[in-house]
Amino acid sequence: MKNSLTIAGKELAGYFLQPVAYVVMTVFLLLGGFFFFALLRYFEVTLSAYSAMQNPEVLQRLNLNERVIEPMLHNLAIVLVILVPAITMRSFAEEKRTGTYELLLTAPIRTGEIVAGKFIAAAAFMLIMIGLAGMFPLILIAFGNPELGVMFSGYLGLSLLAISFVSIGLFTSSLTQNQIIAAISCFGALLFLFVISWPAQAGGTQFLGLLQYLSLPDHFGQMVTGIIDTRDIVYFLSLIFVALFLTQRSVESARWR
Amino acid sequence: MIEVKNLTKAYGDFVAVRDVSFKAENGSILGFLGPNGAGKTTTMRIITGYMPATAGTVLIDGLDIFTQSLEARRKIGYLPENPPLYLDMRVEAYLRFVAKLRGVPRAKIESALDHVLEVCGLTDMSHRICGQLSKGYRQRVGLAQALIHDPPVLVLDEPTIGLDPRQIHEIRGLIHQLKGNRTVVLSTHILPEVSQICDKVVIIADGHVVLEEYLKQLPAGTSLEDIFLASITKEHHSEGASAEEKLEEVGAGHSN
Repeated sequence: MKNSLTIAGKELAGYFLQPVAYVVMTVFLLLGGFFFFALLRYFEVTLSAYSAMQNPEVLQRLNLNERVIEPMLHNLAIVLVILVPAITMRSFAEEKRTGTYELLLTAPIRTGEIVAGKFIAAAAFMLIMIGLAGMFPLILIAFGNPELGVMFSGYLGLSLLAISFVSIGLFTSSLTQNQIIAAISCFGALLFLFVISWPAQAGGTQFLGLLQYLSLPDHFGQMVTGIIDTRDIVYFLSLIFVALFLTQRSVESARWR
Repeated sequence: MIEVKNLTKAYGDFVAVRDVSFKAENGSILGFLGPNGAGKTTTMRIITGYMPATAGTVLIDGLDIFTQSLEARRKIGYLPENPPLYLDMRVEAYLRFVAKLRGVPRAKIESALDHVLEVCGLTDMSHRICGQLSKGYRQRVGLAQALIHDPPVLVLDEPTIGLDPRQIHEIRGLIHQLKGNRTVVLSTHILPEVSQICDKVVIIADGHVVLEEYLKQLPAGTSLEDIFLASITKEHHSEGASAEEKLEEVGAGHSN
């Protein structure tokens, strides 16, 4: 554990020695801010239109969470599909290319500790970034009365999603010494998780049911609407576990080639 | 003490190292010689636990590098062919990281750091970013990271490659000075280096050990160069013949 934290510390500091981390955070927050602004503006226009109609029933149903926070989180999830590979592509590929991999693998530490260290760093980076995106709900709290529980659930969902993405990114990076290959295959895998249920839309056999279960937007969407269901939590945790397990196997197998 | 026993390493069909055995004693420097591609780096990577052998074992102070890997690895300081530096880290931060990784107790990290910085002549460079250092200084940082946990066994893969004559001289002096009670294995293809600083020489060619001898016991009057060339050409003789045969075959193909 101590070794994992040593590696995590070095990795996390390493993110900020490179401009990539700042660029990723800036893009994420700028886009987030733009989504927030655009959605809020639309909400405002809708609100004043309905107020003019003097229809209190419809007005009651206009919900800040549903109209602003939910779509914003969905959009940020898509942004993460593109940004996460940029953060994780270096993790193993770069070490292999520059030869520092030899330093790690000959140090008296286990491969599991290396993987855990890199995972902790990447996950922490995501949590910092999503934490900063927490300013949008804070603005709503200051000027309106959104439902806190729903927002919490949504941000929890986004965090779990980001951490799962990061695990998958670590895995693809462990497969190659080429950062571009690592990034593209991670991007492909993440996008695939979004569309995996398309054949199941029509319903049908058990196999299609499985695809439906694997569909990431379903689980994420549940949490964004404010439902914290153990099934969704288990889904994300198993995604993280499987990806990290595969990463550990891949790092270990590199020794045997 | 390093004992290498019947080491064989195959990459698919290609056998890089065949049945290599040798021994390096405490307090001695072993020069590991061989032409490019002879299997030096492969052997050193196996000794340091970077990759496993197809067959055979390595004992580091009696600890098996495969079955007691973590304990054995703790005893080794390793400088790979390319110094394994994180190019965007500062020298100091990098060495602290390596110290923690190799299990130097927290309280001793600063003194270990000061010590290696001084020994490797890096004191003035400690705040520099690794990527901005010259080749010679990178090599020194590489050496410093191998020494930071004061290991009883030091494995150096071509420590003087790519340095200018003055730097080569300095690094050699440094290695000699480091010997103390350590076991040092250093690979090179620079022969004078071996006669200057090593106590024992192991020559490897085509994955075989062709000579293992104390320098003192080499026949008087023969230079290391003669011995090296003789042992290598012996080894290459059969291959040379087959190459000639191949040439003949090609010639025959043309005349048809």
